[in-house]
Amino acid sequence: MRGLLGIGAFGVAVAMLPLFVTSGYALNAIVMTLYAAALGQAWNILGGFGGQFSFGHAVFFGSGAYAMAVLQVKLGWNAWAALPAALAAGGAVGALVGALSFRYGLRGSYFALVTLAFAEVFRILANTFEFTGAGVGMIVPLKETVADLQPASRAGYLWLILALVLSGLLVSWWLKRSRYGAWLQAVRDDEESAAALGVNAFRVKLAAIIVSGGLMAAGGAFYVQYLHYIDPHIAYGPAVSVEALLGPIIGGMGTVWGPLLGAGALHLLGEATRGLMGDAPGINLVIYGIVLILMVTFLPSGIVGLLRRRLANA
Amino acid sequence: MTKRIEQRRTFIKKSAALSGALAAGALGFPAIARGQAGPLKVGILHPVTGPLAYSGQLSRLGAQIAVEEINTAGGIKSLGAKIEPVYGDAQSKPDVGVAEVEKMNEAGVSAIVGAYASAICLATTQAAAKHNIPHVVDVGVADQIVERGLKNTFRFGPGYKVISTAAMNYLHIMNKLAGNPAKTVMIVHEESLFGTGTAGLLSQQLPTFGFKIVDVIKHANPTRDFNNIVLRMKSLNPDIVIPANYYNEYALLVRTMKQQGVQPQAIFSVLGGAASSFKFVKEFPDVANGIIDVNHWYNPKDKRALALRKKVEGMKDQFFTYEVFLNYECVYLLADAIERARSTRREAIIDALAASTWDKTFMPYGPTKFVNGQNQGAEPLVMQVLKGDIEVVLPNTFAQRAPVFPWKGKS
Amino acid sequence: MRRARGSAVLELSILFPSVLNGLTTGAVYALIALGLTLIYGVLHIINFAHGAALMVALYGVYFLHQRLGIDPYLALPIMVPAMFAFGYGLQRFVIGAASHGKDENILLVTLGLAVVLENLALFWFRSDTRTIDTPYTLSTVNILGALISTPKVVAFAGALVAAAVLLLVVGKTDLGRAIRAIAKERQGARLVGIDVDHVFAMSFGIGLACLGAAACFLLPAYYVNPNVGNGFVLIAFTIVVLGGMGSFAGALLGGFLIGVVESVGGLWLGESLGQIGIFLIFIAVLLFRPQGLFGARA
Repeated sequence: MRGLLGIGAFGVAVAMLPLFVTSGYALNAIVMTLYAAALGQAWNILGGFGGQFSFGHAVFFGSGAYAMAVLQVKLGWNAWAALPAALAAGGAVGALVGALSFRYGLRGSYFALVTLAFAEVFRILANTFEFTGAGVGMIVPLKETVADLQPASRAGYLWLILALVLSGLLVSWWLKRSRYGAWLQAVRDDEESAAALGVNAFRVKLAAIIVSGGLMAAGGAFYVQYLHYIDPHIAYGPAVSVEALLGPIIGGMGTVWGPLLGAGALHLLGEATRGLMGDAPGINLVIYGIVLILMVTFLPSGIVGLLRRRLANA
Repeated sequence: MTKRIEQRRTFIKKSAALSGALAAGALGFPAIARGQAGPLKVGILHPVTGPLAYSGQLSRLGAQIAVEEINTAGGIKSLGAKIEPVYGDAQSKPDVGVAEVEKMNEAGVSAIVGAYASAICLATTQAAAKHNIPHVVDVGVADQIVERGLKNTFRFGPGYKVISTAAMNYLHIMNKLAGNPAKTVMIVHEESLFGTGTAGLLSQQLPTFGFKIVDVIKHANPTRDFNNIVLRMKSLNPDIVIPANYYNEYALLVRTMKQQGVQPQAIFSVLGGAASSFKFVKEFPDVANGIIDVNHWYNPKDKRALALRKKVEGMKDQFFTYEVFLNYECVYLLADAIERARSTRREAIIDALAASTWDKTFMPYGPTKFVNGQNQGAEPLVMQVLKGDIEVVLPNTFAQRAPVFPWKGKS
Repeated sequence: MRRARGSAVLELSILFPSVLNGLTTGAVYALIALGLTLIYGVLHIINFAHGAALMVALYGVYFLHQRLGIDPYLALPIMVPAMFAFGYGLQRFVIGAASHGKDENILLVTLGLAVVLENLALFWFRSDTRTIDTPYTLSTVNILGALISTPKVVAFAGALVAAAVLLLVVGKTDLGRAIRAIAKERQGARLVGIDVDHVFAMSFGIGLACLGAAACFLLPAYYVNPNVGNGFVLIAFTIVVLGGMGSFAGALLGGFLIGVVESVGGLWLGESLGQIGIFLIFIAVLLFRPQGLFGARA
């Protein structure tokens, strides 16, 4: 229950932020941090809780993004109607990738690499077909109405992404204390033993990748509504895949708050370094990379691990 | 934890801004009579890191030089203020570009110049529109940039529709002048916005000029090897090859053509990445010789342009490229608008830009006239690389010499 | 505008050179993959910094040519040991130290390294694309009517030699024995007194040394800028998986195969879509034969 209260409190606090924060820059920063957290949460379900590291989570992101864009632009659907379709697209791709990979017993680095390959295949396909705009990409026309899922105010977007983050938090919370979650973590910790105890590892992992895919696709849908432009590189390229796994690993894999903390820390780091050395491009990112390495060196269990140790020693 | 820090930062920024404004108000009273009080901040936003860093850095350089020159000459006289540039890095990503626009908004910019790449420009102009910040687009050739009805967006240079149409007309003229030796065409283009758009337009309309398109080849960014494409070229033997791609791929393509002994009547680029690049000409004089390019270019007879060229070439390791001179002119365009607006207010500047008739440019555009954000006079020129220099060959008003076509010359 | 491409493929005059081109391009891929497969086979690291390391090596070759006038091929005896030392140091003092052996941390460390290297290059060398001009850059070798770029033919020979050298080192030397022991059974190797950290570092060093060689063969036909490595990483991974993680013969043959698939695929489906062949093979190998052509069943 405490966990739920925490999530609820967090939700209320962030929802009220627009009342106090009017700086467009700060609101945008918060929105992008929450967005990164949402991606991380999706990855965390499969990677942190399920132990199946994906290097190609963009395959789900891009599918959601393109579903949103194509349905609105090519078929004239309303954005709110397109949204569930986008989630379904992510889930479907999850089912495809999962069914193939898990059926053939891919694990560890093999699984990671196959997700990478799938992302590339989808990128090339999106790049080829006129249907998805090929290399040119797609522009979602600027509407700025809530009816088109494009709130006119930053605050509106904040509430949208907050809703997604809260869903992710709730799913993660549920994974921590449900029977299914126990199965999933058991498969992560020792798949053979779990199977010996009667857990259907294939179905458990498949369910995880479907949910993970759906949530990731929601992130993609949000991206399209917020930035109005998608192309194969943005949708299926390595940048999104990396963004999805950075947060949870830094923040703490397999934890409820890890992805959010990780996203926050990384965003702060990005902001801090971006301001530095404006005249000498590159140095700021060098510092970002170094700090990243240092974070990994000194926080091997992520930020959550650090907090736990501190609280345990207190 | 993070949110409180952000809030604190915002609070500090706001208090500073408030006290600053009060102080300015107190001290700057006479300034109000001449125009708006407060510093004149202009955002200069380009992708100076990431894959587009080379172009982004050159773009920033052009803007930087213009700002320095204007300030040295006294800044914006009607305001009695110098331009305070606020530099931003879009990191070659649209979403980072948007964040930078927000930052610039907070910093109180009166206008933004940028952001080089079409994809980034699409996002940044939209973000700027939310705060009614005038956004001068420096390069971004995608036509969608000026087709969304955004009142704050102004593109000084041409879009790819104008460029492709001009290219076709010039190709037709050049061919006619030589007695129509060329009949077949092959287009090689990069896969993203500008390459695909350009190729699409060309393949639709070249046939109406009597050309036969033997193939349209799309390639990725990056492409590591052009041997296959050149093999195909060899077998189809087009009279004219039309490349539309970025620097690295363009350079590899023409090098491979040279290597394989493929020499069409002309390499007629449209927005060729390396074609009108002094860097390419310097590094590969033999390969570049004879290449024709329809691209952004300055009036070669204009003294201001020549002065700028000399200045840039005098700098270490810099080349006088379209990124540099387009941004330079965009800043001057903006400065002229601010002079006339007599204000740092965004709406005033937008109105001034919309009404602009600025004609002191060295770009071959004539007096500026914006319709729906597009400068109507904007057009490309046709250049050819000859003996290590890039010269304008068409149209006649700006030509430095006649085009050498068909190209029979030994490299 | 789609044109019937299928017919073009069947023309021998195009197919034959295309296959040869694929083989020579594949040779360069193989050189890059050789290092990666060793690093993966021994350390089980998916080295995200491999592309950035290639970029570093390319800059090395570039500056040796620009500043000291050293021909890229003559630079081999300089680049290979230099990259070896660089790799040894990286593994010993950065990657090994930072990751505490946890897989996900190694991933992040190599990622962070890639960011650092790319942006240091951006800062020091700026973003311009650099090329070198040598007397043989544009020359070709006539093989039965097909004109194949000379630097690429040399690269082909180089890849064969490099693979042979690696097979010798790993097969016949003490170091090689230690490497194979650790790859098979890390704890056991430690127990019999093998200095695992040292061997890890040696392996990583050899892996990067291969990149040094690859760079010498690649630069004459290509270019360098801070982002150049990114275009090769995915292909290198595909080849490692196809050939079998840890197998040199596999990386070599896998490289040739992928090069040919890319080339013929590009011919048949167009340069953009043609790339898909590589990744479909990648997926197929992972699903149906994850040990690759020559790897042992995991």
